[in-house]
Amino acid sequence: MSLKMNPLYRLQYEKAQNGHVLLFPEGMVKLSESAAEILLQVDGERTETDIKSALRDKFPDAPEDMEQDIDEFLSHAKEKNWVLDE
Amino acid sequence: MSSESAQIGTPFWLLAELTYQCPLHCPYCSNPVNMDAENAEIDTQQWLKVLSDAREMGAVQLGFSGGEPLMRKDLETLVKHASELGFYTNLITSGIGLTEKRIKALKEAGLDHVQLSFQAANAEENDLIGNKRHSFEQKQKVARLIKKYDYPMVLNFCITAQNIAQMPDVMDLSCELQADFVELATVQYYGWAYENREHLLPTKQQLTTAETYVNQFRDGQEGQGPKFIFVTPDYYEVRPKACMNGWGTTFLTVTPDGTCLPCHSAKILPLTFPNVKEQSVQDIWHNDFSFNHFRGDDWMPSPCKDCDEKHIDFGGCRCQAFMLTGDMYKTDPVCSKSPDHHLIQSAIANAGESTDKPLRYRVLKKDKIPVKTV
Ligand code: SF4
Ligand code: SF4
Repeated sequence: MSLKMNPLYRLQYEKAQNGHVLLFPEGMVKLSESAAEILLQVDGERTETDIKSALRDKFPDAPEDMEQDIDEFLSHAKEKNWVLDE
Repeated sequence: MSSESAQIGTPFWLLAELTYQCPLHCPYCSNPVNMDAENAEIDTQQWLKVLSDAREMGAVQLGFSGGEPLMRKDLETLVKHASELGFYTNLITSGIGLTEKRIKALKEAGLDHVQLSFQAANAEENDLIGNKRHSFEQKQKVARLIKKYDYPMVLNFCITAQNIAQMPDVMDLSCELQADFVELATVQYYGWAYENREHLLPTKQQLTTAETYVNQFRDGQEGQGPKFIFVTPDYYEVRPKACMNGWGTTFLTVTPDGTCLPCHSAKILPLTFPNVKEQSVQDIWHNDFSFNHFRGDDWMPSPCKDCDEKHIDFGGCRCQAFMLTGDMYKTDPVCSKSPDHHLIQSAIANAGESTDKPLRYRVLKKDKIPVKTV
């Protein structure tokens, strides 16, 4: 199943925050660098597996448990409704 | 002065109060009661500069409010500029005057979200509270348009003693209109609401009943439908709210005439506030006397000064302290440690009692609405 961003949330780089944030009606969540990297891969077409391999390609030297971290973050993001199953 | 010990943050939130004009006359309106004395509104160019300057400083959330922001013909221009600058733009509206043509134009300009306020969940009460006929019908139409144009929609119900019994209707209506978020906000007592407090403050019993209902409803939702947020009035708390997340730390309000405030109700305080017509937003935020005045904790009176909770609530709200005690330097009377806490207790004790004070609808001089006795 491919993943897409919930249109309620907007992912954006903020200079003043020195990183990416999620914006939504009257609120903002500041994202860690790795969280931002993962969400930037969510494009409405890629599946979780696609996202994991794309990030492995991008960060070949990342620790072994990176894939597990991605799983965990994505399930958190779904719980929060930031990310939806297409 | 506390400017040195205090860290000056970023005005993350900019509230642009474009106009005090509004077709409605809510008796809980947070606009100043002496609006007739206001100066002329700043023009489009001046607003565009305010937006650019604030964005440059790191502001990211932008609320267009009022009054009714739709009364400004240049709203679309301002939204377009804000959106190009990268703001997340929120329109805070009563919906009166939001035609399909405008909602479409605002979408094209890049508006991100619409917050629609309701006075009640049925026509009779809604129109009575806002003192305008057919506004309820109009609002429902607008809510459907907001969804049609794919905006995230927040509904805001202002809850008072007048409508608190209708919580079930309010929640059903929110589901029917497919809101994304719903704020069930018991009104806070500023501006017109303070004038009308005897009419508006619900009793403890009414609040508990409403809150229990909301919780039950939420439990039955199983993650579906709108997300309901219930805001209780701070009169029933024993600690004040961390007003504006701390004075001059996060919020910047610009009023229709260009006055800058650290909080939208601060104009009542005996301080001189700066204006964008005379100074840049940067200069105001960093250097103005009024913005620095309550930053940090050097200004604090006792008991706040020696309290270990002072970095949680910052001594509460300066406006509330001023309205209730006449002294803006005092501890917010909501706090049970405040020597003035009895003022809150007596207001609560009188809640639900009948009053012979007339209910005052929000009016500008030119509106000529008679003061009604309810
Ligand atoms: S609270 Fe009512 S009267 Fe005040 S600006 Fe909003 S809609 Fe208008
Ligand atoms: S005494 Fe002041 S700082 Fe302490 S809890 Fe009360 S309001 Fe907050």
